[in-house]
Amino acid sequence: MTWLEKYIAYKTILIREFLRFIRIWIQTILPPVITTALYFIIFGNLIGPRIGDMAGFRYMDYIVPGLIMMAVITNSYANVVSSFFGSKFHRNIEEMLISPLPNYVILAGYVSGGIARGVIVGIAVTVVSMLFSDLKVHDAFIIISTVLLTAALFSLAGFVNGVYARSFDDISIIPTFVLTPLTYLGGVFYSISMLSDFWQKVSMANPILYMVNTFRYGFLGVTDIDLFTAYAIIIGFIVALYVFSLHLLRTGHGIRN
Amino acid sequence: MINALSINRLCKTYANGHVALKGVSLEVAEGDFFALLGPNGAGKSTLIGIVCSLVNRSGGTVSVFGHDTVTDAAQARRCIGLVPQEFNFNIFEPVQEIVMNQAGYYGIPRKVARERTHQYLEELDLWDKRHVQARELSGGMKRRLMIARALVHRPRLLILDEPTAGVDIEIRRSMWEYMRNLNEQGTTIILTTHYLEEAESLCRHIAIIDDGEVIENTSMKQLLMRLQVETFILDLARPIDALPDWDTDRIRLVDSTTLEVDVHRGDSLNHLFEILGEHGIDVISMRNKTNRLEQLFLHMLDENGPGGDLNDVA
Ligand SMILES: Nc1ncnc2c1ncn2[C@@H]1O[C@H](COP(=O)(O)OP(=O)(O)OP(=O)(O)O)[C@@H](O)[C@H]1O
Ligand SMILES: [Mg+2]
Repeated sequence: MTWLEKYIAYKTILIREFLRFIRIWIQTILPPVITTALYFIIFGNLIGPRIGDMAGFRYMDYIVPGLIMMAVITNSYANVVSSFFGSKFHRNIEEMLISPLPNYVILAGYVSGGIARGVIVGIAVTVVSMLFSDLKVHDAFIIISTVLLTAALFSLAGFVNGVYARSFDDISIIPTFVLTPLTYLGGVFYSISMLSDFWQKVSMANPILYMVNTFRYGFLGVTDIDLFTAYAIIIGFIVALYVFSLHLLRTGHGIRN
Repeated sequence: MINALSINRLCKTYANGHVALKGVSLEVAEGDFFALLGPNGAGKSTLIGIVCSLVNRSGGTVSVFGHDTVTDAAQARRCIGLVPQEFNFNIFEPVQEIVMNQAGYYGIPRKVARERTHQYLEELDLWDKRHVQARELSGGMKRRLMIARALVHRPRLLILDEPTAGVDIEIRRSMWEYMRNLNEQGTTIILTTHYLEEAESLCRHIAIIDDGEVIENTSMKQLLMRLQVETFILDLARPIDALPDWDTDRIRLVDSTTLEVDVHRGDSLNHLFEILGEHGIDVISMRNKTNRLEQLFLHMLDENGPGGDLNDVA
């Protein structure tokens, strides 16, 4: 395929993915907005004042970046895993497999769809959060780059899950047993400086901690971890997952059999 | 001339250990209308899946218009359009989007894609349904949607895996006409079907697969010539109680107004009618007892031994 043809094909997948989650926005965009609004009301408004300050900020202001990031993570992941599994289930994945599309274009299309949903939900949650706290931007580049990279990372992870999934139940196992615990323990609601040395060290093994902290740094200018390490970890995960996803597509795992 | 399809010793063993193809070799010439027949589970869809890169092969090679489907996959895939046996579109997508997206995957610019989508949906009588979600289509409409989708990138080789299954007679006839036209305009067509009269009336060449092996591969004419005896059913103008006392066991009385007659290849039908005329038996209509191809097909599968369940055939 020529580059123009690949571009047309990529755009086709992206628009299709975009329309998919927009068409069902009540299931895709609205729930995370409602959930985070509840977090803001309960943790920020009701319980927050009793907690007091966290790292020198109002508790509400401290948790906002983490909550936005949590929405981005879950939604980019969920988008790709359910869309890809859905296209295996309905077998319309075959429409792409039969065409001359290179695997990396298929992957790029799905991942871009996941990023799109992550970013749109992220923006929606940010708008809601502005009703509860006045967000200030400390470093716009860091905010934008971490959101895009994190969304890309979890879209890829969702893709891998989608390839392995054999039933609708399989698409919720990783989010429930891995993603949610890691996110909650990833410093969304607290600074790891509150933990004992041992638990601080354990927390450092959690990749989500790096994303949440880098993102928070973009707004508040404070972080528990080294930003350079954070970017290195995020990019490292992306490269590894990208290579693995392409390998799965090339061998046709669970799709060409 | 390059073959539209060359398959060389193709093997497939599924993950569960089932051997679906045992070294199949097959060639389909450009411009041919080719029937791929065989009982349920013979391996037809597996073969097609491998040709279209939907199923990984275990051994052998496939090339489409000279392009190997593995080493030159993109070029090979461009040449193929597939109408699969099972519905494989997203039932929640609107009809028009399904066809246009398929064009997109081939890198066809949106404007061209829109024109072609219009053309094929119109030709296949689906244009009125273009905004409808695919799940709201009837079974026959879904089949036609898959034909439109398979044609949108103008493939040189169209593979149809039971395209007329569950389609009513009227639409089936119009689909035949449509396929015939496509073939006349130069598209090579490979068709699998369990309606043997369909294969007989459309196809020029035929291969029969049974239990993962090609047991026959020849032209339709030659195959039909092999039929030694044809059985005809004759409807009589007036009932008769018993057969006259004549010197043949080729004519049997089915009921008082129906005769069954075996005619050997080369026999003249005139002679038969003479005998009937002499005994004052008037025939008002005559037809084949079974489709000729069907008769041969069953015979060949029988000879090939157990394996396929013949009850499933046709
Ligand atoms: N994914 C699979 N895993 C294991 N075995 C399979 C798989 N798909 C097909 N088979 C087996 O391979 C054999 C060939 O199946 P295939 O679908 O190719 O037959 P077919 O000739 O198309 O039959 P039909 O006329 O019923 O469509 C069958 O025995 C089938 O059970
Ligand atoms: Mg089949």
